[in-house]
Amino acid sequence: MSLDMPKFSDLDALYSPDAKVATSMYEDPELFKLEMDKIFRNTWVWVAHDSEFPEKGSFKLSHVGLEPVIVVRDRKGVIHVMLNRCRHRAATVCEVKKGKTSSFQCPYHGWGYGLDGSLRALPYPEQYGDDFNKEQHGLQRLRTESYQGMVFATFNEDAEPLVDFLGPEVCRYIDLFMKQGGGFPVKVLGEHQFSVPMNWKVQLENTTDAYHFPVVHKSFMQSLDGETEEIFRFLETGKGFVEDLGNGHSVMAMIPELIDLDENLDAPIPERFTELAQELRDEGYPEDQVKKIVRAVGGAGFNLNLFPNVSFSLAFFRVLTPVSVEKTDIRHIAIGMDGGPAAANQMRLRLHEHFQGPMGFGSPDDAEVWERVQRGTKGGETLPILVNRGIVDEVPGALGPRGHVSAETGMRAAYKMWKRMMSQ
Amino acid sequence: MTEMSKIDSRALLAQVTEFLWAEADLLDRKDYDVWLDLWQGTGFYTLPIGDTEDFANALNLCHDDAKMRRDRIVRFQQGFSISSAPPAQTVRTVSRIVIEKAEGDVITVRSAEHVVEDKFGRQRLWAANMTHTLIATDGGFRIRNKVVRLLNSDGMLNSFSYLF
Ligand code: FES
Ligand SMILES: [Fe+2]
Repeated sequence: MSLDMPKFSDLDALYSPDAKVATSMYEDPELFKLEMDKIFRNTWVWVAHDSEFPEKGSFKLSHVGLEPVIVVRDRKGVIHVMLNRCRHRAATVCEVKKGKTSSFQCPYHGWGYGLDGSLRALPYPEQYGDDFNKEQHGLQRLRTESYQGMVFATFNEDAEPLVDFLGPEVCRYIDLFMKQGGGFPVKVLGEHQFSVPMNWKVQLENTTDAYHFPVVHKSFMQSLDGETEEIFRFLETGKGFVEDLGNGHSVMAMIPELIDLDENLDAPIPERFTELAQELRDEGYPEDQVKKIVRAVGGAGFNLNLFPNVSFSLAFFRVLTPVSVEKTDIRHIAIGMDGGPAAANQMRLRLHEHFQGPMGFGSPDDAEVWERVQRGTKGGETLPILVNRGIVDEVPGALGPRGHVSAETGMRAAYKMWKRMMSQ
Repeated sequence: MTEMSKIDSRALLAQVTEFLWAEADLLDRKDYDVWLDLWQGTGFYTLPIGDTEDFANALNLCHDDAKMRRDRIVRFQQGFSISSAPPAQTVRTVSRIVIEKAEGDVITVRSAEHVVEDKFGRQRLWAANMTHTLIATDGGFRIRNKVVRLLNSDGMLNSFSYLF
């Protein structure tokens, strides 16, 4: 049976031109399979940040869609992404999540692969005959490109170059996001991982959903000092926006004054950072650097959401990995300043723990409502899911429409791309 | 070890066990205000990720000082957090209790904890190694530090609406 079943030939029925999503979009296992094929095997998927495997021979395990991959830096510093599957009889060649090695050896019959995936040696090769070609039996390699340390891979040899897929606006926002290194390179400090019984698109929607914030995150807001709480009242002040940046990507700017962290450096240091600022001064950092670091500690004022699996979310990376139609793994990756002051990184770690992860004051409530969506869609097969909020007063932006900060413009951007990819 | 100190250490083990069981009971019953009172101000309640000892410079699941502990309880109790209103129900056992060190009034205790949670008709099982640093006071033990190492702390977890 072909994957292109007539059932899915009418994509308008799944995502309508007036921004309604069909219930089966979260529930249909056949549609999920098709998505893995048409989307996750066809476009650039985020797999790692440079700092997670910094040295020659460093590697980490990751996924492209459902498929397990190894991301590794070879002796020349070249990054390879390859399937974690032995070419003999399919055993994974690595089960260490992160580490350093000089080769990958399959534990089953001992086939040995180099850091670039090439098959180096195998025990008793004679039995394969003289015409066995080692060059055709390396680990399957994916195309790999990176931008600003963010590493992406794709199975699609014909995919456009990564920077074209991202486009100029996304690249501009990535550059801005990385300013939270405060003058230092951005470095991954750790990650929270949790699995949620929901379709992956529920997560894709949520990264560009400001509308839920004051409701779902009320208990988080109440744990903040007044000044900080004020910042998170971005729906009331309404200065922010959501903008479609093309190819399914979008930006949700909640705190516009923190889009460019190099601006307004002379603004007074917020109360919650005064202690840190003093600590940095005492450590001998000059005042302009103190200001820069302190301003960077709280993160950027926007979420940049890339289709299909990564978001640059205020102060961390949020990564989704589809597992099955009703199960998605989430990673909240904490970042900090590589070589920066320990006090600043400690503050970033505590801020991350405060909101994110299985015990944060925010993520568990997110996870609860995502699961509620999945549970709710058990009823009302024919009822639409609405992502039309804010269509009424959208204005044209640089590459796509721009709406109110709580508009579902980013979701529409993602679904537009979903449709484009599913129709190919 | 002399006869006398053996008796002493047995008595201490009995007292510590009683304390850890009472704490487990408080946590299962979500009697958090009483739990907060068990603490002696300065220490941390930590769920690390992996085997790090340097909690301050690592990302943890939580690393709570007195203020964060209180804020966490307030969040649980206020009713605005959808994941904790209602929270998962838990039943836990604490066992395999070993007194690692007893110096003056500071006692370091290791133990095993199993927690079964129930929510949405689904049960999940968590296992952890715990280390308590207890202070013996006239009014009984106080917790200075508590480190709970989930067996799969660096793996794929779910969200928690209760304490370990
Ligand atoms: S499966 Fe890898 S060597 Fe046989
Ligand atoms: Fe949220």
